[in-house]
Amino acid sequence: MPDLSHRRADFPILHQQVGGHPLIYLDSAASSQKPRQVIDALVRYYERDNANVHRGLHELSNRATEQFEAVRAKVARFIGAASADEVIFTRGTTEGVNLVAQVWASHFLRPGDVIVSTGMEHHSNLVPWQLAAERCGAVVKYVPVLEDGTLDLAALRALLEEGSVKLLTCVHVSNSLGTINPVAQICAWARALGITTLVDGAQAVGHMPVDVQAIGCDFYVFSGHKICAPTGIGVLYGRAEVLANMPPWHGGGEMIDSVTLEGSTYKQAPARFEAGTPDIAGVIGLGAAIDYLEGIGIEVIHAHGQELIQATLQKLQTVPGLRVLGPPPPVQRGSLAAFSLACAHPHDLVEYANTKGLALRGGHHCTQPLMRRFGVVGTSRASFYLYNTHAEADRLVEVLHQAVKFFS
Amino acid sequence: MAAEDAALRDLYQQVILDHSRHPRNQGRLDGPDCHHARGHNPACGDEVEVWLKTGPQGQIEDIRFEGQGCAISQASASLMTLALKGASPEAARRLMADFHALVTGASAVGDAEALGNLLALEGVQKFPQRIKCATLAWHAAEQALNQGTQNGRSS
Ligand SMILES: Cc1ncc(COP(=O)(O)O)c(C=O)c1O
Repeated sequence: MPDLSHRRADFPILHQQVGGHPLIYLDSAASSQKPRQVIDALVRYYERDNANVHRGLHELSNRATEQFEAVRAKVARFIGAASADEVIFTRGTTEGVNLVAQVWASHFLRPGDVIVSTGMEHHSNLVPWQLAAERCGAVVKYVPVLEDGTLDLAALRALLEEGSVKLLTCVHVSNSLGTINPVAQICAWARALGITTLVDGAQAVGHMPVDVQAIGCDFYVFSGHKICAPTGIGVLYGRAEVLANMPPWHGGGEMIDSVTLEGSTYKQAPARFEAGTPDIAGVIGLGAAIDYLEGIGIEVIHAHGQELIQATLQKLQTVPGLRVLGPPPPVQRGSLAAFSLACAHPHDLVEYANTKGLALRGGHHCTQPLMRRFGVVGTSRASFYLYNTHAEADRLVEVLHQAVKFFS
Repeated sequence: MAAEDAALRDLYQQVILDHSRHPRNQGRLDGPDCHHARGHNPACGDEVEVWLKTGPQGQIEDIRFEGQGCAISQASASLMTLALKGASPEAARRLMADFHALVTGASAVGDAEALGNLLALEGVQKFPQRIKCATLAWHAAEQALNQGTQNGRSS
């Protein structure tokens, strides 16, 4: 397995004690930590180059604009987009989905149309579609999740072929199950039927190689904060052809071509969808994060995550009364495991682990329908990123054994 | 015992673990003088439902609960049913206020003796995230009691 332990030195936050124990951060699926390289890029930007973008003709504005647009090109390359114009900066995954669910859906959905989603979506790729359906008189239909945590692909195909389906939305890697969905296959089926597709890549980008053209989706969304970048910045990828037919979203500066009191004309994508002063520093930070990840190598990060999660799943089997959701080993999955413990509610377990310096997440992980599907109120989740080690996974298992003794 | 275990033992006292493992007065009530309300914690998805049956003077003749949740919410609900059974509406409201004061630390507890075993939940004060867990069933009980006393007045 690739040894990335020397990278821990890049993350200042990891070197602290919590409750008298070394911090073991196992909540990167909620938000990742930031390396010094990203923090330094933010400081450098504010200390040297800060100005509004696309507006000034002065030196600082030129510098800021140049760096800002260079990140757009970098993101395009990072996710395999055909052009930088297909990269729209957003606040994050949630905003990306909402943009599409408002702009695209309002423009293209008619009463009776069908949106196909799945039973394993994060609330942020679920509620916006329910709202859109309500507004447009459309219906949302859901692909069931099988017992092993995978999608019922036969049911998915059948749903797509029922007719009236205008959009398919699907998570790439589930934040609760770890399941890696065969999104390229799914998008190919949808495309053959003329169905527009959106893939939620919040847990995929930065963890595994992602190529939006190979996937063949129309939209792809992700958040910067989960891949070492600051909070408040994210990306909506939209295929050029699809973006070209979409009306603007927010109105304001940057997105206009010309404005008169009688009416206005708008720029093309991506500017069309980026009204107002953007999160410039966030974009600079995102660029630094991508540099950092590519410096290590996404393949290397992926291999590390796979090793770590597969080893952890094996060790978790030794904990009495513990049940892991999602695909059983050795099936590849995202580097996270959500589990329930017979003797302790997730809140109690997370509270217990916290006193041992472990940061776990407990609850429904914004996937309430999925929790209901598996008959649990919630689960505890451990999620890894490049800075986590086998020693930390061992400590997790040790603390779980102690918790079982404490609560039963 | 390590210091962190002492803090944990403060939160998870034996009586709390006991009541969370073996909750008392679980179930539902049905009938003309039965009132029902639901408590929901959107942060964790936990739900507790409370049923209570009121007598002619509005006193709580019987009380039951159902729901799933953490040890704190389950133990709090279980202990609550024991404390509220037989209470007059006034005594029940005093107890509710005292319990709230106990777990939030926001004000002084009026009658500590009446709280009895519920005093074991005082440790929640040091874990502000868990106050909602401790009060979940109590909010439901308060709503159910309000229904009961409103109906009582109108009839
Ligand atoms: C699969 C998935 N989709 C969407 C989101 C929402 O991301 P954000 O809150 O950054 O918009 C998350 C993260 O919480 C996620 O894990």
